[in-house]
Amino acid sequence: MNLLFDLARGMLARRRRQTLVSVLGVALGVAFFIAIAALMRGFQTYFVNQIIDVAPHVVVKDETRRPPAQPAEIAHPDAAVLVQGVKPTDRVRGIRAAGDKIALLEAMPGVAAAPVLQGQALLRYGSRDVSATFTGIDPARHARVSNIEKDMIFGRLEDLRSTANGVVLGEGLAARLGVRAGDTLSAISPAGVLLSVKVVGLFRTGIQAADTTQGLILLKVQQVLQNRPNVVNQIQIRLADVTLAESMARQIEALFGERAESWEETSANVLTVFVIQNAIMYSVTGAILLVAAFGIYNIISTIVFEKVRDIAILKSLGFTERDIQLLFLMQGLAAGLMGALLGCLLGAVMIEGLAQVRFGTETPAGQDRFILDRDWRVYALASLFALISAGTASLIPARRAARLDPVQVVRGAA
Amino acid sequence: MALLEAERVTRTLPGGPTLVADVSLTFAPGEFVAITGPSGSGKSSLLYLLGLLDRPSSGRVLLDGEDTARLDPAALAALRLKRIGFVFQFHFLLPEFSAIDNVLIPIRRLGTLGARAQRARAMALLEALGLGPAAAKLPEQLSGGMRQRAAIARALANDPALLLADEPTGNLDTQNAAAVFDIFARLAREEQRTVVVVTHDAELAARATRRVHLVDGRIVSDQRRG
Repeated sequence: MNLLFDLARGMLARRRRQTLVSVLGVALGVAFFIAIAALMRGFQTYFVNQIIDVAPHVVVKDETRRPPAQPAEIAHPDAAVLVQGVKPTDRVRGIRAAGDKIALLEAMPGVAAAPVLQGQALLRYGSRDVSATFTGIDPARHARVSNIEKDMIFGRLEDLRSTANGVVLGEGLAARLGVRAGDTLSAISPAGVLLSVKVVGLFRTGIQAADTTQGLILLKVQQVLQNRPNVVNQIQIRLADVTLAESMARQIEALFGERAESWEETSANVLTVFVIQNAIMYSVTGAILLVAAFGIYNIISTIVFEKVRDIAILKSLGFTERDIQLLFLMQGLAAGLMGALLGCLLGAVMIEGLAQVRFGTETPAGQDRFILDRDWRVYALASLFALISAGTASLIPARRAARLDPVQVVRGAA
Repeated sequence: MALLEAERVTRTLPGGPTLVADVSLTFAPGEFVAITGPSGSGKSSLLYLLGLLDRPSSGRVLLDGEDTARLDPAALAALRLKRIGFVFQFHFLLPEFSAIDNVLIPIRRLGTLGARAQRARAMALLEALGLGPAAAKLPEQLSGGMRQRAAIARALANDPALLLADEPTGNLDTQNAAAVFDIFARLAREEQRTVVVVTHDAELAARATRRVHLVDGRIVSDQRRG
């Protein structure tokens, strides 16, 4: 083994420049993979964290997913029954017995739940009218299911309780209205109730959809505004383990009958974009590594072609086909390994370079720089890809070398 | 007992000419055999068959009384490593490695000695062939005669009972060629190895203890001297 390693090193060292080129090819592939992955994953992780941070992990809504089973269907479970024009039950808006359900949910381990009444309101300030979604919350309980407190750039959630008819607005929403903290404006609900509300706080989540349309208000005030006393239309749930959201949602839906949405379902559109992004990333870097693999194939082929005499003599000395195959496979893997190491180094340098970039303007995400993910597993994955492609690329010439007939070589040389 | 036996060995190329036709030969330890004949007479082909580099189309080759036709390629390689040494017309030293490293290749591949003993053995072989001072030099730094002697040292690396040489003096001047034949003669006489040399040089062939003459792949004479 040691001997084969020495032989492989000797053969590669003779083609220093060509080896360097193919090593550089692999290194570039690996480095780009690492840098692009850092960008993509950094952004995606940031985005998902924002969603998980701001939005509840599971939302129980006052809707049902499917219309209720009709008597004809219940009576003939196996028959082909089609009842058309059935609408989801919607007789009483709001979650029935919300208090009991919250108590039930809170009893589960790792679950925090809070009641919410969400509804539209038209905000009027001077001559401006902006429609907004108001979420009626209980500040103390809401703090347990949402991290919105962390995103407050002015005031605190508790201020809702201490100020009569206080509201907390998204930064973008406040900007559209032209209001600042402390200003008083009018809120008109679809139910026709008009309230005078005072801005006690502002938040910036980094998710534009939330920041430009959302507002928070005390649950009791929202119930008055929407003219729906004692009604709750959502239960927001936060989990200790966010990965359980989907299974928990299914469990809750089965238990209560009401539609339960996990954050994955709510943000499915964004997550699908991520899947496509990742597919593009993997194909681009895969293409680079494919080109690099051709480089390795080329150099190993050249060495095999040049070394037919050496291969013949090694075989006549008593080296087996396996020895010869291993000898050239090792050369390819060595080039791949060197490329991977160099690529990891180059990738790390590229990431730090990207980290220095400043856009000068604020992006919607509230950052003026790339969000980068420095995960050692990306390095490991890229190196593994490089080694696999290098191994595959050198396997073909290595097998050809192993099958070489020494008699024909010696005869041709004599 | 005979070291090496060829029994009615024939080698034909697929759809082509017959290289070796119905050759039967027996080689004893200590024999120095020269195989001669005009070019294209199948001398080299016979040597590759005897050296287990090639397989006969019919007939069989026995080494140490064992029929080699039954062995798989890996077993044949193991036999070549331990029992057979090859010297070719070209030295075929690996250009990236010094003389001693070239000699070490088969020794390390066999791997029965410790690292220190391996080096000592390689050095002893080189010194016996007058290459002691040149041990650390690369092949390109050696003269033609020195390269061929280094190749002989490599062929002797694992103390083979059988040494096969294919036109080993083809690229050497008269003086170096004579020196190489002297080495072969000594290896046969003093170390009881079987040395089989293919050559077209009648003068050198006369130094062997036995001379086999081939024409068109057939033995036309097999003479022992003394």
